[in-house]
Amino acid sequence: MCGTCGCADEESKTIVLEQQVLAKNDGLADANRNWLQTRGIAMINLMSSPGSGKTSLLARTAREFDAAPLAAVEGDQETGLDAARLRDSGCPVVQINTGTGCHLDATMLADGLRALRPPHHSVLFVENVGNLVCPALFDLGEQARVVLASVTEGADKPLKYPHMFRAADLVLLNKIDLLPHVDFDVAGFIDAASMANPGVRVQRLSVTTGEGITEWYDWLGEQAHA
Amino acid sequence: MHELGITQSIVDAVLDAVEEPTIKCVHLEVGRLSGVVPDAIRFCFELVADGTRLASARLDITEPAGRGECRSCGLEIDMEDLITRCACGSVDIAVLAGQELRIKTVEVG
Repeated sequence: MCGTCGCADEESKTIVLEQQVLAKNDGLADANRNWLQTRGIAMINLMSSPGSGKTSLLARTAREFDAAPLAAVEGDQETGLDAARLRDSGCPVVQINTGTGCHLDATMLADGLRALRPPHHSVLFVENVGNLVCPALFDLGEQARVVLASVTEGADKPLKYPHMFRAADLVLLNKIDLLPHVDFDVAGFIDAASMANPGVRVQRLSVTTGEGITEWYDWLGEQAHA
Repeated sequence: MHELGITQSIVDAVLDAVEEPTIKCVHLEVGRLSGVVPDAIRFCFELVADGTRLASARLDITEPAGRGECRSCGLEIDMEDLITRCACGSVDIAVLAGQELRIKTVEVG
């Protein structure tokens, strides 16, 4: 008998499941994590709204970072454009198109890993679908989560999308070369990120000019050898 | 809208766990800090359940409130949102409740 909504008749019986809704995804994410760990691969889940500069950051990183081999899984709803851009930078890449889906999940990642076969002791980037909401909820098996924002967006983004920023191990603020031309409160952004995720590291960066890029490579190097 | 994927996970999990031909009701817990919108789940459920043993099932969703413990002063507080300031001024709050995303029980006929 249903004691909560009164939907059942006397012939009904209740089956107790007590199951996490995302249990299947989380189990697959753990399997991905184990697979990566046994090969010494550091998987970095890169998330942002569309247009913050994820692909540009990866393309530059692919050209310049030399502390470990790189590979990438590109997630987009449609097209192979990002994968093509990265391939031009010499980075092995597979593209996953989610169609109507707004995020990558652990199953898609497992397929991506099988197709890509990233080298041992590499850094594997996952460029998640551009979206500050949905990807926050889905563990892929990553070692670290990087959330990218840019000064052409609102400085209050961390307050509006707290789930995403709370999940971040590192927050990058990109396009700081544009600060003279836009009304963006950097201190306010850092405060907002700290409210969503107390103690989170926030690094300023310009992929275009290279300002702050060394600190990014330093952080990445630490991840590669963690 | 991640609720479509989440609703698909709910339907798949129930169909995997329950053999009975008719499923009458699914009870979910969707915490107020979970980042998942119950109304969006209800909307998606009809679409996802169509053509399955869950097609005529009702969805019953309870929404546990947010509770947290301040990491600075130890006070336990209500959390309306994920970002909540404790009376001591800290925003460093450990979430104790409100992030649930769980299938509790299933009613079968």
